[in-house]
Amino acid sequence: MRFVDEFRDAEKARALAAKITSLCEPGRHYKFMEVCGGHTHTIYKHGLEDYLPENIQLVHGPGCPVCVIPMGRVDDAIHIARQPDVLMTSFGDMMRVPGSGGNFFDSNAEGTNIRMVYSPLDSLKIARQNPDTHVVFMAIGFETTTPSTAMTVLRAATEGIENFSVFCNHVTIIPAIKAILDSPDLRLDGFIGPGHVSTVIGCRPYEFIACDYDKPVVVAGFEPLDILQSIYQLMLQLSEGRCAVENQYARVVPWQGNTVALKAISEVMELRPYFEWRGLGFISHSAMRVKEKYADFDAEQIFSMPGVRVADPKACQCGEVLKGVLKPWECKVFGTACTPETPIGTCMVSPEGACAAYYNYGRFTRTRIREVSAHEHV
Amino acid sequence: MSTSDRVSTRTDRPTDREQQVLDRIDKARRRKPKVREERVTMAHGAGGKATQTLIEAVFLDAFRNPLLEPLEDSASFPVDTGRMALTTDSYVVSPLFFPGGCIGDLAVNGTVNDLAVAGARPLHLTAGFILEEGFPVAELRRIVTSMTAAAEAAGVRIVTGDTKVVQRGKADGCYINTSGVGVYQHSRELGVATARPGDAVLVSGPVGEHGITIMLTRGELDIEADLESDTAPLHGLCQRLLDAVPGVRAMRDATRGGVATILNEVARAANVSVTIDEDTVPVRTEVRGASELLGIDPLYVACEGRLVAIVDDDQAENALAALRAHPLGHDAAIIGRIGDDPPGMVMLNTAFGGTRIVDLLVGDPLPRIC
Amino acid sequence: MCLGIPGEIIEIQEDRPDLAKVAVSGVKRSINIGLLSDDPPVPGDWILIHVGFALSKIDEDEASAALKFLEEIGQAYEDELAALRESQIE
Repeated sequence: MRFVDEFRDAEKARALAAKITSLCEPGRHYKFMEVCGGHTHTIYKHGLEDYLPENIQLVHGPGCPVCVIPMGRVDDAIHIARQPDVLMTSFGDMMRVPGSGGNFFDSNAEGTNIRMVYSPLDSLKIARQNPDTHVVFMAIGFETTTPSTAMTVLRAATEGIENFSVFCNHVTIIPAIKAILDSPDLRLDGFIGPGHVSTVIGCRPYEFIACDYDKPVVVAGFEPLDILQSIYQLMLQLSEGRCAVENQYARVVPWQGNTVALKAISEVMELRPYFEWRGLGFISHSAMRVKEKYADFDAEQIFSMPGVRVADPKACQCGEVLKGVLKPWECKVFGTACTPETPIGTCMVSPEGACAAYYNYGRFTRTRIREVSAHEHV
Repeated sequence: MSTSDRVSTRTDRPTDREQQVLDRIDKARRRKPKVREERVTMAHGAGGKATQTLIEAVFLDAFRNPLLEPLEDSASFPVDTGRMALTTDSYVVSPLFFPGGCIGDLAVNGTVNDLAVAGARPLHLTAGFILEEGFPVAELRRIVTSMTAAAEAAGVRIVTGDTKVVQRGKADGCYINTSGVGVYQHSRELGVATARPGDAVLVSGPVGEHGITIMLTRGELDIEADLESDTAPLHGLCQRLLDAVPGVRAMRDATRGGVATILNEVARAANVSVTIDEDTVPVRTEVRGASELLGIDPLYVACEGRLVAIVDDDQAENALAALRAHPLGHDAAIIGRIGDDPPGMVMLNTAFGGTRIVDLLVGDPLPRIC
Repeated sequence: MCLGIPGEIIEIQEDRPDLAKVAVSGVKRSINIGLLSDDPPVPGDWILIHVGFALSKIDEDEASAALKFLEEIGQAYEDELAALRESQIE
């Protein structure tokens, strides 16, 4: 596969790993946070941490848009799905996120019709083909996905579709990063910046991290070599005493972002004054809602919602995992009460969740002999 | 004349006219049964005339064989001494027809394969149908015709069956259950619990074709690809392998949950580790493309005509050659090894050089695929 | 969910220029290219696909530069390993 396979080459990985190791100051520990859930997934799927020296630690940030949906919003979605003649559509990874009374699959067993779709355009298509059913799209995601929802609403408006709406749960990445930076429990040396969010917002929004917080940021691609190269670039900055935003994913990410996408978002949506993030509490100006102008496509306006705030289960430490304070295995309930079959928090449910990624892919990496060092002592 | 007089003067022999009518009815009764309706109705499931006609005109007509012909409650056949194998499976695939086959093919091949991988020669199949009221008879015929062809290709006969009809809205068209009986040819004990450290793991061909084909045929994803289901009877391939290689520990038919699920079963049953190499697992380009697009792992995607074999290390190359010599095993490959640590786990050496765990799947990314 | 996959534009739909047919490893899907309306892609261009939309064009020059960087690192590493091996033989 082009633009994929070339960035999965093992030889080059070893070379990068050697370079990274050579930049480590003896006795110093480095902590880099990868913000984006997709990066966490790649790290575990390809066993990337096996390539890094012991003194570099990767910390998982809050960039999993499914993970941060609070239980109350899942309940609201199920409430909408229960209304007569409603078909709810959702991305696959949202289907198993627990609300206070179960997830979407459980809800379907009790009679709702919640279906998986690949794209919001598929939801619109279903609406077109079923004029007697009201089709709702459960819109989740960071800025990567927000433009797609916005474009779909614009398309629905152009076509005059009357039986389609979105339940908007889009969130924005910068406030989440800022919440991490302002949190006292954390010590980070740099950030592996979100790749696909940056295709929309560009690289400029991260400049405050380098300027105001003195942490280098390297916007990274999603293949394993992209992530290794980004770590190398971070290490280089640190060793040269520089602190800037760099774009490792330049083949895909334009520095200025995607103006058309940003325009579509601002046409259809606006920032909410505040929004609850699971594990992180209320963050101001961190999520989107549909503008009044497009109220006909806003499920929150069409259906009255209980809007009850449901507190996270006491045992759940998703918040600390999301903030990068705890590694998955350090959570008290990881692997025991909280497993992929019986998830307590959403970090375990979404494939991008740090806990799910670690449970599925990384459980044994900590005890394995490092092959990289074995190779080098040839 | 009064009515009673008319009756009392009737003779025992029918009149000519009456005889003509009686003859006509007799002839109609003996005529080859034909289903006139275009769609299955509740009457077809009631056990009476309509059911009888359906059975004779559709099922018997297609499956025709001496064991089925008597249409008794049970089929009866002699057995040699030795051991027999018995298996059952139900088929609820949606959609019913897809590139590469239909529910009928799955219903025959799936059950044949469960017998074949156990090391038994498949003999006879049962076929139970649950039909939805309103199901087009023409589609039923298509399914049944496929089953006949599949049975012939697999060297089995469908010797008894059952038909039920449920109300519109249930059974989603057609559900089929098939049970199969076979006889063991070899005296070997095959079973995943016998896997030992050092054994080789083989797969008979590219993985994930059936599951991806079904997902794409459902049409909801709007993806086009030149793919078809890999549904096939594996009895010949299994026979070939068992004849060529005495050191076969186990064979398994990779269906729901894909190859990854089989490997986990091996690891748990034998309390061994299974390590596979990502770049040796055969995957068609289109399956890889569709999987990347959808974010799923081909190792977990259902096949319907692929076998996973655990074989003594010394004979791994012979096993590979035996599989490759058969048309269904053309792309067979050795994909990994059994080890002793960590026990009960399946590990994958990624093409990239790292290692990760391949755990049992939770939930179902591809519902109703077989 | 963050899933962005590179795909090649096969054709633009005539009656709907915001839709294009895209190929990913032999698999085809129709996607919306409306987000690239400032600089629309043409058949042969590679784009990043996310939930049925093209988010960005893949810059082949940048891709080559990225690969070249990796090649150079790889070569330097090979050279070093070779040097290490040679010195050990002595």
